[in-house]
Amino acid sequence: MKRNIKVLIVEDSTSTRSMMRSIVEDLGEEYYVYEAGNGFEALKLLPTDNFDLIITDINMPDINGLELINFVKTTPKYKHIPLIIVSTEKTEDDIKRGLALGAEAYITKPFEPDRFQETIQKVLKV
Amino acid sequence: MSSSREEFVSEAEEILNEAQEYLLQLQETISDPSPDALNGLFRCFHTLKGISGLFGFDGLQKLSHSLEDLLDDIRLGRFPVTVNTINFIFKFIDTITNMIKNVKEKDTIDVTSLINEVENFRRTPDESDQQESPLSELVDPEILRVLSEYEEHRLKENIKKKRSIYLIEVIYPLTEFDSQLRELTEKVKELGELISTLPTSEGIPEGSIGFKLLLASDKGSDFIKEATGCNVEEIVPGEDKSPPPVKSEEKTDEKPASSLKSASSTVRVDIEKLDRILNTIGEISLVKGAIKRIEDELIDYFGHSSLIFDIHRINQTLERRLTELQDYVLEIRMVPIGQIFSRLGQIIRRYSREIGKPIELRVFGEDTEIDKFIAEEIVDPLMHIVRNALDHGIETPEERLSMGKPETATITLKAFQKGNHVVVEVHDDGRGIDINKIREKAIEKCIIDKDTEIEDSELIELIFRPGFSTKDSVTEVSGRGVGMDVVREKLSSIGGFVDVKTETGKFTTFSLTIPITLAIIKALLIKVGSHTFALPLTSISETILIKRDEIQSIEGKPVYNLRDDPLPLMPLSEFYRLEVSEKDVIYIVVAGVGERKIGLIVDDVLKGEDIVIKSLGGYFENLKGFAGAAEVGKHEVVLVVDVEAIIEETLKRHKKATMSNV
Repeated sequence: MKRNIKVLIVEDSTSTRSMMRSIVEDLGEEYYVYEAGNGFEALKLLPTDNFDLIITDINMPDINGLELINFVKTTPKYKHIPLIIVSTEKTEDDIKRGLALGAEAYITKPFEPDRFQETIQKVLKV
Repeated sequence: MSSSREEFVSEAEEILNEAQEYLLQLQETISDPSPDALNGLFRCFHTLKGISGLFGFDGLQKLSHSLEDLLDDIRLGRFPVTVNTINFIFKFIDTITNMIKNVKEKDTIDVTSLINEVENFRRTPDESDQQESPLSELVDPEILRVLSEYEEHRLKENIKKKRSIYLIEVIYPLTEFDSQLRELTEKVKELGELISTLPTSEGIPEGSIGFKLLLASDKGSDFIKEATGCNVEEIVPGEDKSPPPVKSEEKTDEKPASSLKSASSTVRVDIEKLDRILNTIGEISLVKGAIKRIEDELIDYFGHSSLIFDIHRINQTLERRLTELQDYVLEIRMVPIGQIFSRLGQIIRRYSREIGKPIELRVFGEDTEIDKFIAEEIVDPLMHIVRNALDHGIETPEERLSMGKPETATITLKAFQKGNHVVVEVHDDGRGIDINKIREKAIEKCIIDKDTEIEDSELIELIFRPGFSTKDSVTEVSGRGVGMDVVREKLSSIGGFVDVKTETGKFTTFSLTIPITLAIIKALLIKVGSHTFALPLTSISETILIKRDEIQSIEGKPVYNLRDDPLPLMPLSEFYRLEVSEKDVIYIVVAGVGERKIGLIVDDVLKGEDIVIKSLGGYFENLKGFAGAAEVGKHEVVLVVDVEAIIEETLKRHKKATMSNV
């Protein structure tokens, strides 16, 4: 059996989230998706499992994606988890900031499923 | 309409409603536009663009994109907020709402002209930002690098307005940070503008999480400290300001006559709000009781008169309407249990893939309705049972084939109503519970004697004992520190119970019997010695008045011969260690169903009453034998008996008595 890959998707739009879930799940049976509707929920989920990848939106209320990235990348326990930013080209400046904070990759919305999957596989090196 | 499109339409409608709200807020704060409203509005179109793109509505996507651009300029201060701007956006919300309502399989509406309109509007003269002193000199770059462009803009704006910038630092335990942080956030938002919430782990002990809240406020640092009770640092001093004049609150500006009528007619309500309504109904019930009391007292004083009769009549009407109101609210709280089943289904499918045991899931009775609160309470127990079934109950495909069973195992989730209860069954066609293994384990743990003969059903009961597990290894999923004892305890706390049936090699069925609702319940007030207690009527089947000498004794334990069946008895005075009465005539309250039926011996049965059970909370929470407390009559508080716990204890004692004598 292949090793399980646990992916945490942080995105506040429910329909976008479920679409991202199915794209990730299409990658193979070893992919397991956990969903968080905002930064808060993500912070709550983080300690509950060993995630292999976090995919996060930037523009979210209260705790935004950048704050989440900074938290992950400055916490020794989570810092190894690769991060993909999903945002619009509109927030180009925010994407730059996210990368500076240590995010591994970004993808702009709206995205093609293929391109999204490629990015994930590249980041996970599979 | 396909379900994904339905999902799209309902989310889009929600977003547009939200956008309209923000726009109205902006209209009210036009002289000093509310940053929250501006950002909220931006986010609405941002999200709308995102989802229309994903669902292939290109026109809608492009149009919301151009509006998003406009709103981005506005929120970053590059474009002014004027009445004109607001009306312009209102107009477009209308347009988009109509587009969504009429959206067919794919939209083919030409949006070019609309987009041009937005672009032209956006190019109207903008006020250029004057350059302010570099932010990095004022604020720690470590903080700056985490802020989004928008947050940075808000920081600049606030500094420009000579407000003080504060950094509030807090540390919360990981397990409960969200409620505490939300509470603090609400407080902070009243003090000024909360620019950013930064989670941090640096220098924070394991098991905790730190937050830095960036607040802009015209209040003094001492004031902030006092109001939040937190560690507060003023990182950019502001100008001393006297409190701003109170803004005229309610502006009854006429809303633009737009038809934003939603296609769906449902609202989402926080369950807490419904709880509050129920609580209030409970309180009014108490008032009703008080009126009844006054009526009785008046009759005592003045005898019957037409005025008193009036009170009586009105009180009756009040009672009827209250019951109606209560029923309506309870109805709102009801959700189909299918909501839980679909969540369980996800877990089952995912987990069965993970462990390589193919499962066919069958679901029955998903329309059975149950109180939202109870539904949430039984999710974890159900999850645990399901995971147990997958881990231990269901065999590997190879094992199944060798036993002549179909390779794919079946798990059945079934719900149905039974009187005032809902029964939820989890059935699997796995190997069943290994009774011999339980026996071995029980002997090993010195729970039973080697030579004792015990019925299988009693052995199976042992799986509900704390710390009793026949599995030596703990798997990732079901071994998360929750045992069947927790399942039983959880059910007991909501007035339900769990039963199990199994046949070795064939199946295991767990049935959870739970009350349909527990917000307001009918209770029987009883007396033991000088104490009054409330017994939830849902767990009671009858009361019997008997003479004390009718009680028989089996192995030193009291029983009553109820229609030729021995009914185990438990004097409540003994359970709670209260004074024992010497009365000749006593009441037996029969509680429980089927094999779990016992009689509670009480001194007196007073009356039935509607009660709202309140948690004992804090220090008393783990007190055994009490489900909570309730207010009855004239500001009297009574304890509510946890009937399940007493049934448990009684059966245990009676069993022990029979066991030790075999």
